[in-house]
Formats: sequence, structure tokens, C-alpha cells
Amino acid sequence: MDNILVAENIVKNFGDFKALNNISINVPRESIFGLLGPNGAGKTTFIRIINQITMPDFGKIYFDGNKLQPDDVHYIGYLPEERGLYKRMKVGEQALYLAQLKGLSKNDAKNRLNYWFEKFDIGAWWNKKVEELSKGMAQKVQFIITVLHEPKLLIFDEPFTGFDPINANLIKEEILNLQKKGSTIIFSTHRMESVEELCEYIALIHRANKVLDGKLVDIKKQFKTNTFEVGLITDQKENLLIDIKERFDISPASFKSLEDDIKLNIQLKKEESSTDLIRFLNSKSIINHYVEVIPSANDIFIKAVEQNS
Amino acid sequence: MNKLKLIIKREFLAKVRNKTFIIMTFLSPILMIGMISLVAFLTKSSMEKKSTVAYVDISGIFEDDDFKNTKTIQFENLSSIGIDKAKIIVSESSQEGLLFIPKMENIDLIAKNIQFFSKDSPGMVTISELESILDKRLVKEKMLQLDIDIIKLEEAKVRVDINLANFTGKQSSKMINGIKIALGMGAGYMIMMFIIIYGAMVMRSVIEEKTSRIIEVIISSVKPFQLMLGKILGTAAAGLTQFFIWGLLIVIIFIGSSYFFGIDLATNSMQNQQMDVIVQNDTQFIFTEILNLPLLSMAIYFVLYFLLGYLLYSSLYAAIGAAVDNETDTQQFMLPVMMPLMIGVYIGFATVINDPHGSVATIASMIPFTSPIVMLMRIPFGVPWWQILISLLLLAITFLAVVWIASKIYRVGILMYGKKINYKELYKWIRY
Repeated sequence: MDNILVAENIVKNFGDFKALNNISINVPRESIFGLLGPNGAGKTTFIRIINQITMPDFGKIYFDGNKLQPDDVHYIGYLPEERGLYKRMKVGEQALYLAQLKGLSKNDAKNRLNYWFEKFDIGAWWNKKVEELSKGMAQKVQFIITVLHEPKLLIFDEPFTGFDPINANLIKEEILNLQKKGSTIIFSTHRMESVEELCEYIALIHRANKVLDGKLVDIKKQFKTNTFEVGLITDQKENLLIDIKERFDISPASFKSLEDDIKLNIQLKKEESSTDLIRFLNSKSIINHYVEVIPSANDIFIKAVEQNS
Repeated sequence: MNKLKLIIKREFLAKVRNKTFIIMTFLSPILMIGMISLVAFLTKSSMEKKSTVAYVDISGIFEDDDFKNTKTIQFENLSSIGIDKAKIIVSESSQEGLLFIPKMENIDLIAKNIQFFSKDSPGMVTISELESILDKRLVKEKMLQLDIDIIKLEEAKVRVDINLANFTGKQSSKMINGIKIALGMGAGYMIMMFIIIYGAMVMRSVIEEKTSRIIEVIISSVKPFQLMLGKILGTAAAGLTQFFIWGLLIVIIFIGSSYFFGIDLATNSMQNQQMDVIVQNDTQFIFTEILNLPLLSMAIYFVLYFLLGYLLYSSLYAAIGAAVDNETDTQQFMLPVMMPLMIGVYIGFATVINDPHGSVATIASMIPFTSPIVMLMRIPFGVPWWQILISLLLLAITFLAVVWIASKIYRVGILMYGKKINYKELYKWIRY
């Protein structure tokens, strides 16, 4: 598989504190990659190492096939969690400055900025000082600055904080657009619904160690418990419940329905198949609702963290 | 390299566009000259103000001629009404005081018993002037008594004026020593001021980047060291611009004001014109003396010490700015930075003037943290080249070491928030 970023055995200590312990992660090209983990797990340290803000004590990073070089910062865009702009500097001037620091020429930067300012309809802000903008407005400018040099790899640390739902959606659309154009995106976030929605791959870091990584679908398969959520219609509710209890592990389920008499989560044993369950239920009732319980990213996150604590 | 240029440019523009900076640039010379003129004006007017002194002389030694009005004192003879009445009159008038010369059996006793009555304590100038008037007459009387020939005594007076020269035979004057002191002190003081003003500016600008949270965005594009260096150099450029404008404004204002006063003087009197000639000769003399100094090497040393000293200290300021979250937390770290600067200036003022090559001055001009100030103060007096070499080498080595340490602290500190920092913590950062 073609990876844009490969981290091999990254170790980072701060004095006696172990921030990253032998982390290896592959980020496939043109994917959206979720970097997850509780607070203080080491995500930000890992991201800073990719950005060459911090140097690893041990381990190697390969970017786009080669060992990570100082000039590679031109091909990486980073929106840190702790972000801000010079308050007393004008928006346009500041954007130009930061774009030039990313290696763009002044003219190039100006043209691209014009494009984005028009697209977001914020041309009037060019000569405003940042301190005159609202937090959301400043975040928009910050987003533009991050993606302006069309980097191969984009790293967003909690990108949606500070945006209202409308603007958060706008930003999400733009991130998907950038992916379509060929950028790879690393997301670091606690917001599991956006992980569910956007990420194809994830890695979970907990207490300086990598706990999980891989395709989200594969991880879900790995975490699924062979459990099915069923809604049954019957006129012999008590008898049926006793019958099911004798054969399967069950727990109560809750979902919206109009006429189900029995709502259950039924967990099958390994050797049992869904067909067995359907056959059994079908012989005793009308199956009105039948769906496999898929673990959410949230469930996986909590479970994996608990297992490793 | 290109990025460094961008950073320097931004830092420079951010500083010189700042309103406070602009106001300070144009206001300070005006304030300074205003202060100087005010002090000069006050001294001048107090010099011009004549104080009237009444006197009662019953000793019989003094003549009216002795109490001729001087530039600052106007005398009024109240001897005829007696001391008691005179006291009442003077205490109710606006006169400065009453001088009473009693009658005694000999001159020595008189000299010890002369009194000056006044409401407020009299000015030092008035008293010393009175003393010299009284002195003159009493000494004369005493000499007469002792049968000393006054005319011969006058003839016997010789004025010694030692001519200074170094062993190569180059002549110099005593005035040049004053000039050397002025040049050395000026240079040393200027470096200290520059470091304190613009070092603090570097520090504030680092803190600003931390509190506005832009720092992580920037150092994902440039190396922290580049940013620190760019900041230090950009601030220096802004500082030099400000110093240059200050110098220019001061010169313009001085020339302007002396032009106006010049007209005043010329129209005044013949005496003043003669004075002008003397002053002109003096200035010419000073100029030739200054030109005789090794100005080129002095300028080179000034630039070297100025650069190294500023870079050394401003990197420390940058590290302090990185270590803290806001300006109030800087206090504990500022003292160790300010101390050597202060000590340097004190050593300079206290020892270099009296003994430019004494051991305290020599050692202080070797220690890297005081050397930029003290050595510059010593250089006009002639310092052996090997001393300068050692001092510069030590300074350069220390500079490299300090910048290395400062950049380590800076690199860790700029990403550290909400942590109370102490020296132990800083030591840990250096080892990261």
C-alpha cells in the first residue's frame, strides 16, 4: 500500500516522562486518517514530531517515500489546537507573511489568497486587524492559511472547535474537497461523530502507546460482539422470552418502533450464525426489526482505553 | 535565509508601526531637550537673580570698597544703625540675610566670629562668595601685620601646568582625558540603554507570540532558532532606526537653538565676540584632539562589543519571554540579567575614570557579561591589544554558549503554557 507518511518506532521522552513509546503508524496516501486518544496521550507530541517542531529521541519518519527533510514543511499544512494570529497585524498582510514562510512566492500567495477570500466571501477583511475579527472569523482565516500552499499532507488538531455548525460544515466540505484534490488528511480529535463520518483509517494512542490502528471498518469487525438487535411481534411474550433466554445471552435494547412486543439485544456464541438466530426467532414470532449491532467509534475508543488502563 | 529575512522584516515593521514606538521616537528627544533647557534656564535665572545682603561692620578693618556689588550679591551697608536694629529691619525685609562682623582684639578672632543671620538657610554660592570677599581683606591685613611684602608675594606665584605625552612623544592635553572619559562613558552607557530597552522589547514580542497562540503555526514553517534570531535582529534594526532618528533630531534641535541664541550673542557686545573667538578656538582644539584619537579602531571595537553584547543579552531576554506566560512572571528572571549590566556601568563610572587600567576595571572588562560596557569605557585610554583579544574571544565564546542554552529554553518554552517556571525547570529544558 502506498503511504504518504510512515513513522517507525518513534520514542520521545521529556526528562523522566515518556511521551511516546515506540509508536509506528502508516498513513495511506489520499486517505483521511483519525489520530485518536485521551487527553495527554501523546497525540500532540506525535504531530509536532511530524511537523519537525520537536525531534524524536529515537525512530524514523518517512514522508512521501523519503526520510523527512527540513524543507518538507512546505508540503505539510498544520492547524494546531493552540492556534491564533498576530492580533495587531492586518489579516491580508499576515496571511501573506505566513504563506511566504511556507515557501510560496509573494505573487503566488496573493493570487491564492484572493481565490480563497472570494470563495469564503471575506474579501472585506483584508485590511482589518485580527483583533477586530470574531473568534469564528479568525478561525476561517486560519483555515485558509493552513491549506493555502496546497500541501500533500494536512494535519488538523481539533479543527471544528470555535466554529458554529454552519461554518463547521463549510470547513468539513472544504476538507473533503482537498482530499479529492489529492491531499492526505490527519485528524486529531475527540469528536467521535466526525471520526465516524470522515475517517477511513484510525490510530488510537493511549498513555504514549499505540493501542489500535488500521482501517476503521476492520477495527469495527474486530470489535463487534456478534450481537443483534431484534424487535419481535408475538402474543405470547412471556413464554417466548423464557425460550430465548434459555438459548441465548440477552440484554434489553431500546430503539424506536411502533408495535414490537419484545426488544432485545441477542449475543450469539462464536459457533452460532445469524441464520440460526433468524430461524429460531422466525419459528416463534414475526421478526419486525433485525440489525447487527456495530460498535461505534466511541464504543471502540472507550473499550480500547479501558482495556489498556 | 530567505525566511530569516521575512521574519526580520515583519519584526521590524511590527515595531516601527507601533503607535507607542512612533510617539516615543519623536517625543523623547523633545522631552529630553525640554528637560535640559528647563534645567539650564532655571540655573541661569537663579544665577542672574541678585540676592541683597545687608551688612553691619564694626570691626573697623573693612572698607566700603570691599563690599562692591558682585554679579550675584548686592550689598547694603547698615553699619550706622547697629546690629540690633539691623536684625529687625532685615528680618522684615526680603533681603537674603545680614552679615555681622564684630569688633575683636585680633584678626584671627574676627575671622572666627563673623556671623550670617537669615530666615532660611542661605545658598551655598552666596556664602562661599561672602567668605572669599572677607578672606581677601583679612589675609591682606594679616600680611601687613606680619610685614610680608604683598607685591613680592604676588611675583613669587608660579602656575604649574603639566604637559601630557605618551612614550612615543605624542603630545596630548588634559582636556583629552575629559573627552576620553566622555566618549567611553557615552559608549558604555549607550550599550546598556540599548540592551535594556530593546532586550525588553524582544522579550515582550516573544510573550505576545505565546499569548496570541500563533507560535505553533509559525514554528511549523520555520525553526524556532530562526524565529528567535529574526526577532532579535528585527528588533535591533528597529532600535537602531530609533537611535538614529533620536540622534538626528537632537542635532537638528541643537543647531536650531544655537542658531537663535547665536544671533542674540552677536548683537550683545564686543566682549561677547571675544568670548566667541575663544570658544571657537576651544572647539577647534577639541576637534583636533578628537581626530588624534584612534577613531577607526574605536568605532570597530564599538560595533563589535555592541553587536556581541546586544546579541548575548537579547537572547537571554528571548529565553525569559519564552519561559513565562505573561510579563508579570518575568520579575524573578530579570534580576540576574539586569545585575551584570548595572555592575558594568557602576564599575565603569567608579573605577575607569580614576584608574582605567586598575585591576577591577581590567577584570570587569574581561568578564563577558560586563565587558561590552567596561571595555568600551576603557578603550579610549588605550588598552593592550591582547587584552581586547582575550575579552572579545571570551565574549564570543560565551555568546555562542548562551545563545545555545537560550535557544533550547526558547524551543521548549514557547510551547509550554500554564506552568509556573523556576530555575530547576529551566535546567530540565536545557537537557531535553
